[in-house]
Amino acid sequence: MSWFKRSTKNIISSEKKDLPEGSWVKCEKCGEMLHKSQLEDNMWTCNKCDYHFRIGSKEYIEILIDRKTFKETDKSLRSNDPLKFVDTKSYKVRLAEVEKKTGLTDAIRTGTGEINGHKVVLGCMDFQFIGGSMGSVVGEKVARAVDRAVKLKLPLILISQSGGARMMEAAISLMQLAKTSARLTRLHKAGLPFISILTDPTTGGVTASFAMLGDFNIAEPGALIAFAGPRVVKQAVGKDLPEGFQKSEFLLDKGFVDMIVHRKELKGKMTQLLGLLES
Amino acid sequence: MGKQTLEFEKPIIELEQKIDEMRKLSDQLDIADEIAKLESRVNELRTNVYSNLSRWQRVQLARHPERPYSLDYIGLMTTDFMELHGDRYFGDDHAVVGGLAKLGEETVMVIGQQKGRDTKSNIYRNFGMPNPEGYRKALRLMKLAEKFGKPVVTLLDTPGAYPGIEAEERGQAEAIARNLFEMAQLRVPIVVAIIGEGASGGALGLGVGDRILMLENAWYSVIAPESCSSILWRSWDYKEQAAEALKLTAEDLLRQKIVDRIIPEPLGGAHKDPNFAAQALKKALLEEITSLSKVKPDKLVDNRIAKFGAMGSYSGK
Repeated sequence: MSWFKRSTKNIISSEKKDLPEGSWVKCEKCGEMLHKSQLEDNMWTCNKCDYHFRIGSKEYIEILIDRKTFKETDKSLRSNDPLKFVDTKSYKVRLAEVEKKTGLTDAIRTGTGEINGHKVVLGCMDFQFIGGSMGSVVGEKVARAVDRAVKLKLPLILISQSGGARMMEAAISLMQLAKTSARLTRLHKAGLPFISILTDPTTGGVTASFAMLGDFNIAEPGALIAFAGPRVVKQAVGKDLPEGFQKSEFLLDKGFVDMIVHRKELKGKMTQLLGLLES
Repeated sequence: MGKQTLEFEKPIIELEQKIDEMRKLSDQLDIADEIAKLESRVNELRTNVYSNLSRWQRVQLARHPERPYSLDYIGLMTTDFMELHGDRYFGDDHAVVGGLAKLGEETVMVIGQQKGRDTKSNIYRNFGMPNPEGYRKALRLMKLAEKFGKPVVTLLDTPGAYPGIEAEERGQAEAIARNLFEMAQLRVPIVVAIIGEGASGGALGLGVGDRILMLENAWYSVIAPESCSSILWRSWDYKEQAAEALKLTAEDLLRQKIVDRIIPEPLGGAHKDPNFAAQALKKALLEEITSLSKVKPDKLVDNRIAKFGAMGSYSGK
């Protein structure tokens, strides 16, 4: 028997052997190995360092909306490639590929549902779909979500996750900033709440339009929230960026978000807020 | 003649120089015929070059260092301009200018993004890149215009909102978003004119209005061609292709129904005859303001929200 043999059993390694490969994920922040099922139970946050993994609309809907209450709307909307845009690849091909790969039709899903019985209109972006970029479809779906909230007299919740306006629709994408912001004035006029949830990352044109216009701006911990991304800023100013620059905590400190909410508490906080507004 | 020459203008300039030299010799030699021939050739060349500009060439014209800027247009179009300063929160942004002025008989609130002409003034103007204070000052002035029932004219000319550390700290995104939201519901007419560079959210932050005018050689898009090239082609070398792909000229945007009206520029660009461009812009602004002044505020706001609501291209129901 070797002198260096472990005297106590290593819990993690023995546990590992019982599970198939590929079901372990390394935390991008602290390096902890996390099992997928455990990660899912933890709403895709690290149980050691609270790092929030990037998740999509499917997961957010599961986390936030009561089971079987979500009804998706405007599912059939697709981009028309109005400019016949081609860079290293054509936009048309890019759209077809990403749709096949993700099963999504564009960078946002919208619908109605309930949060512990409170009816809401929800929109949730998907970073997987061309960087969560906003083009005609995202703009139109957000606009329609606003209209639906006004019509049904319901609060609107938009979960943002976006690299900004979509380059492949150029100025038409840019106009979606104005379109969505303009439409939100109707919700405002109707006295209905707009809750903006900002997740990692929310940058560019989405931040410079609806994401920053919430009556309540709520961020997930550690999310990058910016107008110009850190690389662009660093290039422009030619110096190192301050610690924690453009992270949720930084925005809270600077006064641009109301609160930072851990994903595990998100539904509870939403329930509390909606309750406060309704009573 | 301009001191600054763009690459594609060189053949014209060379010919013009040759004509000048020949003129000097014409006292001694009988070369009037030849001069006339060359002059007709240079005219032909000018028309040919300037009426077949590529999109990238137009971007270059929009950035021409002698191109008239907001304060030039304000000087040429209006009288009694009284500049107003500060956002009342943090400071006065020199990349955005604004104030009351007379446009013809009409008192308007005119607001524009302002570039500098040399190193010193460019540093003062931050190269026409506004900080959040610029957008907040503009909004303060628009609210004043609303209070006093005066139409708003905005002039867009920026390479983008400033991507600086402090700009981010003070909420560049929020400042732009707030302007979009508030401009959409401002109860007085807003006429927007893109006079030079309309780069992305930084330009749009003053760009929500009832009528959108655009000078013939201005550009307006979601991103500058160079940055688009660096992101999509992962190299700075595809700016010409990026400019083509982005379809960012006045004609393109008229076709995309983002712009309502193109303001003609003198051959070769607004800097060749700033007053020509300014008078053409003034005429259009006054026509638009006159027609918008007849619309009731509620209807004006509804129409404006609907105007931007119609922008986009998608299929499905």
